[in-house]
Amino acid sequence: MIEVNGLTKRYGTATAVKDLTFTVRPGEVTGFLGPNGAGKTTTLRMLLGLVEPTAGTATLQGRPFREHPRGLRHVGALLDAGDVHGGRTARAHLAMLARSNSIPRSRVDQLLQDVGLAGAARRRVGGFSLGMRQRLGIATALLGDPPVLLFDEPLNGLDPEGVLWVRGLFRRLAAEGRTVFVSSHLMTEMEHTADRLVVIGRGELIAAESLTAFAARSTRLSVTVGTPDPAALAPLLTAEGAEVVRDGDRLTVTGLTAARIGELALDHHVLLHELTTLGASLEEAFMELTADSVEYLAGDPR
Amino acid sequence: MTTAQAMTAPPARMTDDEPRARFRDLLAAEWLKTWSLRSTSWMYAITALAVIGFNAGTAYDHYKYWYQYDDRGRASFVANGSPLMDAFTGNAAMVLVLAVAAIGAVSITGEYGTGLIRTTFTAVPARRSVMAAKALVLTAVTTLFGALVALASFVSTQAILSGRDASVTLGHPGALRLVVASALLAPVAALAGLAIGAVIRHTGGAVIGCVVVLLLLPMVLSDRRHLTAVLQHTLPFSAWERLSASDLHAPVLYPWTVSGAWTVYVAWALLAGVVATVAVHRRDQ
Repeated sequence: MIEVNGLTKRYGTATAVKDLTFTVRPGEVTGFLGPNGAGKTTTLRMLLGLVEPTAGTATLQGRPFREHPRGLRHVGALLDAGDVHGGRTARAHLAMLARSNSIPRSRVDQLLQDVGLAGAARRRVGGFSLGMRQRLGIATALLGDPPVLLFDEPLNGLDPEGVLWVRGLFRRLAAEGRTVFVSSHLMTEMEHTADRLVVIGRGELIAAESLTAFAARSTRLSVTVGTPDPAALAPLLTAEGAEVVRDGDRLTVTGLTAARIGELALDHHVLLHELTTLGASLEEAFMELTADSVEYLAGDPR
Repeated sequence: MTTAQAMTAPPARMTDDEPRARFRDLLAAEWLKTWSLRSTSWMYAITALAVIGFNAGTAYDHYKYWYQYDDRGRASFVANGSPLMDAFTGNAAMVLVLAVAAIGAVSITGEYGTGLIRTTFTAVPARRSVMAAKALVLTAVTTLFGALVALASFVSTQAILSGRDASVTLGHPGALRLVVASALLAPVAALAGLAIGAVIRHTGGAVIGCVVVLLLLPMVLSDRRHLTAVLQHTLPFSAWERLSASDLHAPVLYPWTVSGAWTVYVAWALLAGVVATVAVHRRDQ
């Protein structure tokens, strides 16, 4: 269980995180979403006591993290896969962390096996790919078998097999009753991973709800229409007030239902190959909600 | 296989059934941290070679150009304390201070530079304990290193000078003091480096800070005026110069005692240890 209450962090006049309040429950994977620069990393660092909040509190299992003299058995964290010294071997890196928390050495070898780094255990981390570093970071997080797990952008740099493995791992950890909190700036990554979402933009909370509730927020339903004669159909749809985007012999239509499009085509004897309603996509819901809070927008002149 | 693992996986622990936090685990972790980097052994090895080389080289110079001394010079070589000056030269002390201070500084700035510090403080939120363990391990390693280098320098230089019957033993007045002062210069400089590194948090800046505080300041502070002389006497390198000089060469204008110089060593070590420990406690990481 993670409880965040009125969490605020200011750097001089800039506010990185503003009055965040949310709860992350055990037994579920919770996605932590926001565009780049939204304050996700700052929030995670405040959860871990690495950054002192200007105001507000953050507790893990009811206690501020810094109250624990040793941390690995309470929280496992992968903040940045680069937070390792490249000169050490994967095994030495894990061994020294395990030792600081009285975790037996056998756990290190077991974890290297589990994350698929057994073959690279004696290689220095400096030569690892980003994907391998992510695996090492995940092994670090799991060292103390903790009830709370925090991952900051864990899917970056992983190959498709690795992505599948990580998703399965998160589900398994949640199913074991742990609290799993995973940040990302890509909605598509969360779509197949998270049960709930905490969405922030410019340091402020935008939404904290289930994935399905979040998806329902999107207002834009669209219909894909396949026809050998798009030139004839498009003006008919536009005349009815629809927005039409043409892509070859396919039209993407917003503002009209599939039933109405079918009627129009029948009335005017236009042949249809395809007529599909697209559900509101999470990606669109995310884009709509965060549109006002994107910190670094391409082409933004400010 | 993964399903079997998931089935047999124990439920997440929700209670605080962890073993008591032990400081010696942190010592062991810092020990592992020190020696799991290949650069550590290299740095110590190269420093040892340089320091011993400087000293043995100076002794060899005296051995080789012995014929240039007249009879009086040869007779007074030992009486003037020259064998002890060869046993640990000022150049060697400078190399030792610079190298060991850099090792001390990098032991913490290396963690900041790579981001490892966040992993470290997430594993052990008791930051001051981490730094205390780091300081103790660094002190132990550099003390042993300093002792080995100082003894090896003494033995090798005196072995060279014995070829001219101009060597002394450890029993010679001031000899043991020189060896101990040179040995302990290593942990004092290393702790100062660690403290400067913990405050500055960048390798480049920290090394420059070490050079300024440990080497440059004692050079620019004149010992010919009272105020600057007193300031100079508070610095570890000046303390080493006082301890290594035979009483014949002790400064006369503003003299200071041997016990005063030892006190400077102790004060610097303690103060540096405290600064390194406290510096990380409040700041954001």
